[in-house]
Parts: sequence; C-alpha cells; structure tokens
Amino acid sequence: MSDEIYKKPIIFAIVSVAVILIGTVATMVIPMLTDEMHPKLANLKPYTALQLAGKDIYQREGCIACHTQTVRPLKTEVMRYGEYSKAGEFAYDRPFLWGAKRTGPDLARIGGKYPDEWHEIHFDNPQAMYPESNMPVYGWMKQNKLDPTAIEAHMKANDFPYTQEELALLKDKTELDALIAYLQVIGTAVTKAQ
Amino acid sequence: MSDYQYDNQTVKGFIVSSIFWGVVGIVFGLWISVQMWMPSLNFPPYFTFGRMRVVHYDGLAYGLGIGAIFGITYYIVMRLTKRPLLFPKLARSHLYLFNVGILLAVISLLAGMNTSKFVGELEWPLVIAVVILWVMFAVNVIGTIIKRKDEQMYISLWYILATVIAVAVLYIVNNLSIPAGWTKSYHLFSGVNSANVEWWYGHNLVGFLLTTPILAMFYYFLPKSTGLPIYSHRLSIVAFWSLVFAYLWTGAHHLVYTPLPDWIQTVAIAFTIFLIAPSWGSVMNGYYTVGSDWSKMQTNYLTKFFILGITFYGLQTVQGPTQGLRVVSQLIHYTDWVPGHVHMGTMGWVTMTVTASIYYIIPKIYNTKIFSEKVANIHFWLVLIGQLIFSITMWITGIQQGALWKATNADGSLKYTFVEVLAKNYPYWQLRTIGGLIFTVGMLFFIYNIFMTMRQGKLSLAESKA
Repeated sequence: MSDEIYKKPIIFAIVSVAVILIGTVATMVIPMLTDEMHPKLANLKPYTALQLAGKDIYQREGCIACHTQTVRPLKTEVMRYGEYSKAGEFAYDRPFLWGAKRTGPDLARIGGKYPDEWHEIHFDNPQAMYPESNMPVYGWMKQNKLDPTAIEAHMKANDFPYTQEELALLKDKTELDALIAYLQVIGTAVTKAQ
Repeated sequence: MSDYQYDNQTVKGFIVSSIFWGVVGIVFGLWISVQMWMPSLNFPPYFTFGRMRVVHYDGLAYGLGIGAIFGITYYIVMRLTKRPLLFPKLARSHLYLFNVGILLAVISLLAGMNTSKFVGELEWPLVIAVVILWVMFAVNVIGTIIKRKDEQMYISLWYILATVIAVAVLYIVNNLSIPAGWTKSYHLFSGVNSANVEWWYGHNLVGFLLTTPILAMFYYFLPKSTGLPIYSHRLSIVAFWSLVFAYLWTGAHHLVYTPLPDWIQTVAIAFTIFLIAPSWGSVMNGYYTVGSDWSKMQTNYLTKFFILGITFYGLQTVQGPTQGLRVVSQLIHYTDWVPGHVHMGTMGWVTMTVTASIYYIIPKIYNTKIFSEKVANIHFWLVLIGQLIFSITMWITGIQQGALWKATNADGSLKYTFVEVLAKNYPYWQLRTIGGLIFTVGMLFFIYNIFMTMRQGKLSLAESKA
C-alpha cells in the first residue's frame, strides 16, 4: 500500500492537504475561535480619523522595517521602554504592527513620551537631534495635506466611529500631523508602570 | 514516434526573467545596505529605506525565487512525466503575466501601497493577480502530472505538489482583507490573532517557497549532474512527510515573548526543534549520495554548488531552531543576527541551488556545454565568500546589540542608550555592504556565463525522447 500513493497524484495531493492542515488547525484555526485570541483592554479606544490616517502613513512608509511595537516581559526591556505589552492592546490593529527588527527603538510606549514639537523637530532632521542616528528624514510630510474622502473610507472599513465635523477638520492637517497623532496614542491604553 | 515538444522557450523565459528581477532585488539590497550607514542615500518619498526594503525582499522572493521556481518546475515536471506540459499556451501567458505582475508589484511598493504583512505586502488587486498566476501554474503542473507517462512519481514531484498546494492555502488565508479603496485594505484578522495568522503564513512561506521547491531541484539536479542515484528512497519518504507535517506548527517561534498565548509559542518551539530531523534527512541523503564518489566534487563543477547549498540548508535548519529557544531568542531577537540568519538561507542555500540548476538547464536546452567552468568556479567562490562575510558580521553585531541592550551598571541602571548601541553597528554594517558587493560580483559572473552559453548554443524546441 505504502508505495501506491506515489503513483496516484490526486490521492497524494489530498493526503498532503490533510497533513498540512493538522498543524494549521491546531495552532491557528482553533485558537482563533476562542476568546483568548480576541482580548481588548477596557481603556482601549478605536482610532480617531486623524490617528488612523497616521497609522496608514506608518504602514505606507514601512516604519515596521526598523521599529517594533512590542515590549517583551524582560527586566531590562521594561526598564528601557516601559510596561511590557499586553494582548488586549492591539484589538484595533489590522494587521498587527509588532515588527521584527529594532534598527530603531521600540515604539510600544512612545505615546505621550515626548511633546508633539519634539516629534516635529525629530522627523525634520533626526541627525540634528541624534548625530549618530541613521533614520531617514520625514520632514517632507509637512507639505502633504490629508484626503478626508479616503480617510472616511478607511474609517468605514475598520468600523470605527467618526463624525463629519471630525472629518472636516482633517483637510487642514498634514501627513506629519497625522503620523504624530498616531504615535502619541500608541500604547496609552496601558497605565504606565513606575 | 516519441518526438514531442518540450516547451523549452517558456522555461528559458522564466529563467531569464528571474535573473532580471534578481538583479533588481540585489541592487535594491545593496542600496539599502548602504542606507543603513549613510542615511543621506534616502531619497523621499519613493526611495527611502522603509519602502525599498520591501522591494528588496519581495523582489527577490517573488521575482527571482518564484520566477525560477516556475521555470525550473516546468522543466523538471516535463522530464519526470515524460511528456510536454498539458497546456503549453497557458504556460506562455503565465510567463508574460508574471513579468507584468512583478513590475506592478515593484511600482506599487515604491508608491507606498504596503499592507505591512511580512512578505505579503501587496495590496488586494495585486493579491488577486498573484492568486491567478498561481492557479495558472497549479493547473498546468497538476494536470501534467496526472497525465504523466511514467507511473511512479519521483521525489521532486512530491515536493512540487506540496509546494503548489501549501502556497495556495497560505497565500489566500493570510491575504483575507477588508478593502477600503483600490490601493488600501485592512487585515481581516486583528491584533494577536493577526500576528498568529501572519507568522503561520510568513514562516511557512519560507517552508514552501524557499525549502520544498528548492529541495525538488536538489533531488532532481544532484543525481542528474553527478550521475549518482539518491542514497535512500526510504529516507526521502520519511523526510518529506515529517517536513510537511511539522512545518505548519512552527510559525509562532517568530513571536517568542510577545503577547501571543504562551502555549502557542511553546508548541511552536517544540515542533521547531523536531524540524531539525526531516531537514537533516535531506542533508544526509545529499551527503551520502555524493558520498559514494566524493571525487565528483573535483570532477563535476556543479557538485560543489549542490553540496555547499545543502550544507547551508543544514546549518540554517540547526541555527533556526536554536533561535526559537526562549533563552536564545531573548538575546538575538530584533537584532541584526536575524538578517544574518535569513541571508545564509537565501544566499547560501536557495541561490546556490537555483544557480546550479540553471547551469544544468541552459546548456541542455541550448545543445551546448557551459561557456566556462572557470567562470562558474569564480562565481562559486565569490558568492560563498560574500555570503559568509555578510552572515558572520551580522551574527557578531547581533550578539553585541542584544548584549548591550541588556547591559546594566552596578546600581542596576541601563548602561547604554539606544543610540550608543546603534553607533557601534556601523563598522559591521559597512562590512556587510562589502560582503554584499562581493556576492553581487559573483552573481555577475554567473549572469555573464549564462548569457555566453546562450550565445554559443541554439535553443531547441523539440527533444526526442525514448
């Protein structure tokens, strides 16, 4: 019997699918059906239109290439960045933006760490603030105005609440304003540890 | 009577296309490696590190990798089934659409259409295009295998069937998204669940794009070029089934110490350790195959490509599981160690095996010999040295980064700021660029050799087969 399967491609293919699906179902599908994979902190709020626009820009520019958004429960990591990340902080992130490489520092607790002006100066010329930084300049985003129509579509796709007044305010905002608004809200659903 | 046509034209088309996209991907790779230590080489908005890095690895995975997989798989399938492709015209359209697709992918990524899903960055219209391309490929491959003239399916066909099926499942599930306009979408899955789905996809793409189709090439071209039969059929069977079974459990080893439930991480780590066994099954099968006559390493120039390739596969599949262990992960995760690991696999195992397969195919379909074995040997040593410089410098700097991030003073406070640790990477990042340059020069020797072989031969469309 054992050698027969290597003569029957259709059966071989069906058996392969079954073998592949065992691990898939056990570690991916079944967890998805449990509450364990859909936690949400009580303090966590959906993104505002401006913050979502900023998150879209964060994705567009590939910030994830150099910045993580997850603090591991390790002593020195908590000392460096702040409270370790909780599962319930990311319910509104589609997809998750934890990243996998820290060419730059982790950003999971960047929200509220510096004033907006700090970010403006830093984006404008990171090397002026940190001569040894290798971060690209992002000051050019000040020239680009936001597009409220596109952002409205994005809010709808995410099923986030918004008002027309909120959208109307967007047309005077720049991409840099949005990005900073997003950074300022990251990680703020968790009360900072001492 | 048996004078039927092998579609060598399509095979050649895919090989040339994959080489072209390979050059694009490597140029982007060199460029971003310089940006790492010379940020003035960023030219916003299109040519910044964040956008270009995606073009680098997607260009190489989809352009060079999948392009070569399409072409070489067609070549292997026709020979192992002893018949032409079931749908030769479909294969030809597949070739043209593939190139259009990759071109649009590069443009869209530079334009910032990036879903931020690792190796799944393309936005939904292009996802549909990729699915169509894969279905075109699958229909032809599966159809040709069903209508084969040789009853027994050789090992390479197992790996090819597994690849065709698994990639389809992975790609479609991970790309389920909510569209929000033509150029934007949001993942159907959110937060930790999104992370779990995405690394199930991301890790298994390594398994079914950079492992199984490359093993199909290895099992086909190693015996072909050395004239030595595969050492153990039984070992091939055990290694195949345990590999395709275990791979799917391991994605969460990319999420060690994240908020993903611990049990999923632990299961993934355990299966990752198990995965050493089937990986080394193929490594040992390769070694013992050539072990029946080691002089092939000297007398047949391709043998060393395959043996070094499978050696790097072996090292990769020990290093990878080691990295999954929590105690190792806490030190090297998020550091430059990881790109060092990835590039040993891609530059050492995948590129070595793919280029050797192309060296075998091109003279065959052009009715000639390789233009120069000497040039092939220069290519071999340059890519080997370039890759080793790349990987080893990244491992060193990765350990240094990890250790300095954790370093504390006597009073328990952190010893270094983030920027102080960053500044210590520059010499290594510069060395990495040098390693990349040496690798690139080696690849240029390869391209020259292939181009000259094509010039001296003549492409044959019909091959008589007994």
